[in-house]
Amino acid sequence: MNQYPAFLIIAPLLAACLIASAAWLRRSLCFPIAVLGLGTSFLSSLGVAARVLTDGHFQYRMGGWAPPLGIALEVDYLNAPVLVAVSGAALVSLIATRQIIEREQGPKAPVFYTLMLLAVTGMLGMTATGDAFNLYVLLEISSITGYALTASGDRLAPLASLRYLLLGTIGASFYLLGVGLLYMMTGTLNMADLSHLLPALYGSDAIFAAFLLILCGIWLKAALFPLHAWLPGAYSHASHASACLLAPLMTKVMIYVMLRVMFTVFTPAYVFEQISLEGFVVTLASVAVVAGSLMALAQRNLRRMAVYIVVAEVGYMVGGAWLGNQTAWTGAILHLLNDVLMTLCLFLAIAALAGRMETTDFKNLKGLFSTMPFSMGALVLGAMSIIGVPPACGFFSKWFLLKGAIEAGRFDFLAALLFSSLINVVLFFRLFECALYSGDDHHGPGEHGHIEIHEAPLSLVASLWAAAAGILAVGFYSGSIVNNFIKPALM
Amino acid sequence: MESITGLILAKYNYWMYISLMMVGLYAMIAKNNLVKKIIGMNILQTAIILFYISIGAKKGATIPIIMHSEGHGHEAVHAVQYINPLPHVLMLTAIVVSVATLGVALALAIRLYARFGTLEEDEINDQVREAP
Amino acid sequence: MHEIVSIRPLLAVIASLAVTPILLSARSPNVREGWTFAAGAVKLGIVLSMLPAVLGGNVFCFALTEVIPGIRLAFRVDAMGMLFALVASTLWIVTSAYSIGYMRGLDEHSQTRYFCFFAIALSATIGAAFAANLVTLYMFYEILSFATYPLVTHHQDEEAKISGRKYLFFIVGGSVVLVLPAMIICHMKAGTLDFAPQGFLAGHVTQGLATALLLLFVFGLAKAALMPMHSWLPAAMVAPTPVSALLHAVAVVKVGAFSVARVLTGVFGVDLLAQYGLGTLLAVLASITILVASFIALSQDGLKRRLAFSTIGQLSYILLGVALLTPKGITGGLVHIAMHAFGKITLFFCAGAIFVAAGIKNISEMKGLGRRMPITMGAFFIGSLSVIGLPPGGGFISKWFLALGALESHELAFLCVLLFSSFLNAAYFLPIAYNAFFANPPDDAKDAGIQEAPPWCVAPLAFTAMASVWLFFNPWPFLDLARLAAAQVTGG
Repeated sequence: MNQYPAFLIIAPLLAACLIASAAWLRRSLCFPIAVLGLGTSFLSSLGVAARVLTDGHFQYRMGGWAPPLGIALEVDYLNAPVLVAVSGAALVSLIATRQIIEREQGPKAPVFYTLMLLAVTGMLGMTATGDAFNLYVLLEISSITGYALTASGDRLAPLASLRYLLLGTIGASFYLLGVGLLYMMTGTLNMADLSHLLPALYGSDAIFAAFLLILCGIWLKAALFPLHAWLPGAYSHASHASACLLAPLMTKVMIYVMLRVMFTVFTPAYVFEQISLEGFVVTLASVAVVAGSLMALAQRNLRRMAVYIVVAEVGYMVGGAWLGNQTAWTGAILHLLNDVLMTLCLFLAIAALAGRMETTDFKNLKGLFSTMPFSMGALVLGAMSIIGVPPACGFFSKWFLLKGAIEAGRFDFLAALLFSSLINVVLFFRLFECALYSGDDHHGPGEHGHIEIHEAPLSLVASLWAAAAGILAVGFYSGSIVNNFIKPALM
Repeated sequence: MESITGLILAKYNYWMYISLMMVGLYAMIAKNNLVKKIIGMNILQTAIILFYISIGAKKGATIPIIMHSEGHGHEAVHAVQYINPLPHVLMLTAIVVSVATLGVALALAIRLYARFGTLEEDEINDQVREAP
Repeated sequence: MHEIVSIRPLLAVIASLAVTPILLSARSPNVREGWTFAAGAVKLGIVLSMLPAVLGGNVFCFALTEVIPGIRLAFRVDAMGMLFALVASTLWIVTSAYSIGYMRGLDEHSQTRYFCFFAIALSATIGAAFAANLVTLYMFYEILSFATYPLVTHHQDEEAKISGRKYLFFIVGGSVVLVLPAMIICHMKAGTLDFAPQGFLAGHVTQGLATALLLLFVFGLAKAALMPMHSWLPAAMVAPTPVSALLHAVAVVKVGAFSVARVLTGVFGVDLLAQYGLGTLLAVLASITILVASFIALSQDGLKRRLAFSTIGQLSYILLGVALLTPKGITGGLVHIAMHAFGKITLFFCAGAIFVAAGIKNISEMKGLGRRMPITMGAFFIGSLSVIGLPPGGGFISKWFLALGALESHELAFLCVLLFSSFLNAAYFLPIAYNAFFANPPDDAKDAGIQEAPPWCVAPLAFTAMASVWLFFNPWPFLDLARLAAAQVTGG
């Protein structure tokens, strides 16, 4: 019962090691082990969330060593829902992409599973850890496995992955340098300790430099425009299996890290009163939202469109976090959770469609509503959420973001959000227009012959619908999520 | 003038790692050859490792092994006499990370060379443009 | 006034949604249509089961989950919502029957898709009618927009695509860019979004803000087609005629008008609007739309386009009635929702029947058509009377109350608008019926004999025409509901 936080991270790690050895015995064992690992992790995250609901914030000391000497996992209202979202989404995307992995990787499938599990371990660890340096190590674990995962894909995947690696390393190095400055000034790496020791040093230039370095590093990894250059290539050339795992999770976990740094390591008092960056950052976020949307509009390929939507969504969350009021923070956190689901649904749907056609260019999508009704149905739900139509969850986080923008008097951000919603309508209805109508453009009278349904594999469609159902469920219960997790987290 | 000299001389270790970082970043951004970019990346990581090491240093202190102290550990340990060991330990991890990153990067470079027959980024781009 | 907690509003909403999987998987068209009728009957039954209690001044409430702290998805069935739901659920059954005749008569493609989205659209319409707060209303409003998109673009040719884009641009653009911020500002100022009989904004907003919010709402709810947000409506006439009939004479546009009426009364409140003079502002906007739309309608030769511009004008009658802010005016506006629905759907049915039977789309080709299609053109005549507001059409009742409302508010200018526009209505409708019966048909069609549309088409239009007449003699329960609603919102 008390070991849930440890299980959360150790289960996928252990499973990764087991797979590597099980691959020598029987390859068919690997997938069940991977599911078992992520399943345990997901159940533990639910246990952790339940405990947070009753007890509030709690600490898990690795090996029983008390911080600041030992390393602790800290679970509170902020990261408990993120843990659930990350482990759940990872589990769903693992089950969904099994066929793709087995088909593409063949005998190397176990290696791919190992990489996936390690990436998830890193992301869960980043979310749960209470130690700034530990976070760096876990970040690199998920990044390095992420580079390897994105490298398998089409002809250009290794190049995109290498660019991702170079930029990602710059980002991680900036973070490490910032943490080094913090350590130099305070002598500790523990986040809770840092937050106690830092207020006395708030005037220091070194602390300011540390904050900026950490922030830039995180933004690079989170692909905030204009630091997004690695993301479109990495996620659009990679195998669908990698994209389904990384696109929903990686940027979102980095946004969580940003929130953690802003709220726990530093405090809102420092971020919004001591230094006055919020004006600049919110403008940057507005630009990111608009630029991401416009770039998405310029694409003629579903998958490339989706990756630019991810870029725009990062702007939503960064802007929300920096508007500097409770409502906007609520929106940013809620959007983080929603965006995991939305992006998962979007990328799984793309994977499902891509399995039945050569490329996901718009011109190939004709008549898909007839031939792949279930995948397209889920895609519609995901699109509704990204556009922001109630009761899909995206509406409710957008509500808080818009409200926060009005409260903060940032009408440029408000306009950017509304503009991006409109662009999203165009994006998706352009797509549906293609997909609704069959290729040979016949219309008018005449009952047409029975159209064969040619769906993606069952596990993929089922997982896709799990994500779509999640979108609706989170939408219907977003009031409860805000009341039970986000409000206490912001207290 | 004196203050600037002081700034540079008194904090020479920082200037060194900043220069190293810039060298690394320059190589990563400006070089066309992918291996040079990877080397730049490694220089950048090494610069940060050096920075960590330098902040652990103390004037007149020795390596943090008790055996070296006066009286061979029979007395209370004076932290002032030892270099801070924690940054070193942290950097062991960072070195491992950088080795792993380098490994992945080189593997990718090999894959790219096998696929395109070159490591010059613009040549790869040309090939992609000709046959997407 | 009792609040009865009951799941019935929810059931009424999901009755048609629940059958969509069955519709999708039905093996034969007959089974599919059977289920459509079953769902329609169940829906109407549930709505009717709540009618007596609502007429007794009670409301049915049902709350779902809390979606934003303090805001639940919730249903509240009061007289105003009941009036609209009753109209929509009755006409759905009639339209389903008509759709069968029309779609099979023309042997249209993708009929399953058509019936499914029809069912979803109806769920959304009832949901909007029963919404207890702005967020719920907005949700169903948006679902309706998306569910009707495939119906509007059903013909899937270039023209349909362009119209579909225009439709989405106005409807979704309006709701996202204008209504959503307005809603958020309301929530910030008043701390609630639950419709209150007398509105909830009073005391929370200044005159300037109230005016801005009003404009955001009335233009943002573009389904109400207040000029200049009207141009999607004529474009959307590319849809199959039953779609135009139900959605563009009844469900979609009426959801717009109903939403505006709901926002005016439930959010702003009659007193607040009167205090800031916003009623007059809206009445002026509505009057402009009425007159301009009527003039444009005069010049249209396409039958459906003329009907579309007529609809734009008639919708503004509803807004005008509510904007008069007097009990009689509001009664007239609300009852016009029902009366215009029956009249206009008859006209659309006729337009569709004429197209199915004779392939005619333009008014200039309709000379002498009455001899070939006497029932259809007879119904067309009755429908015209009702929409113009002449006895024995039901429309007379609503026009009568609107005129009384204008007198009651001492705004004689609006009375003149009503009278003059009725004259214009007559000018663009009556010549059609006159020419159909009394003008000489073109030579080739002279001795064609009677060529009516299939019975599935003719029966519904005859039914709605008779209903229009019947509503003149016996406007119960619509008039009672409208009176009750007007009394509730004016505090009388």
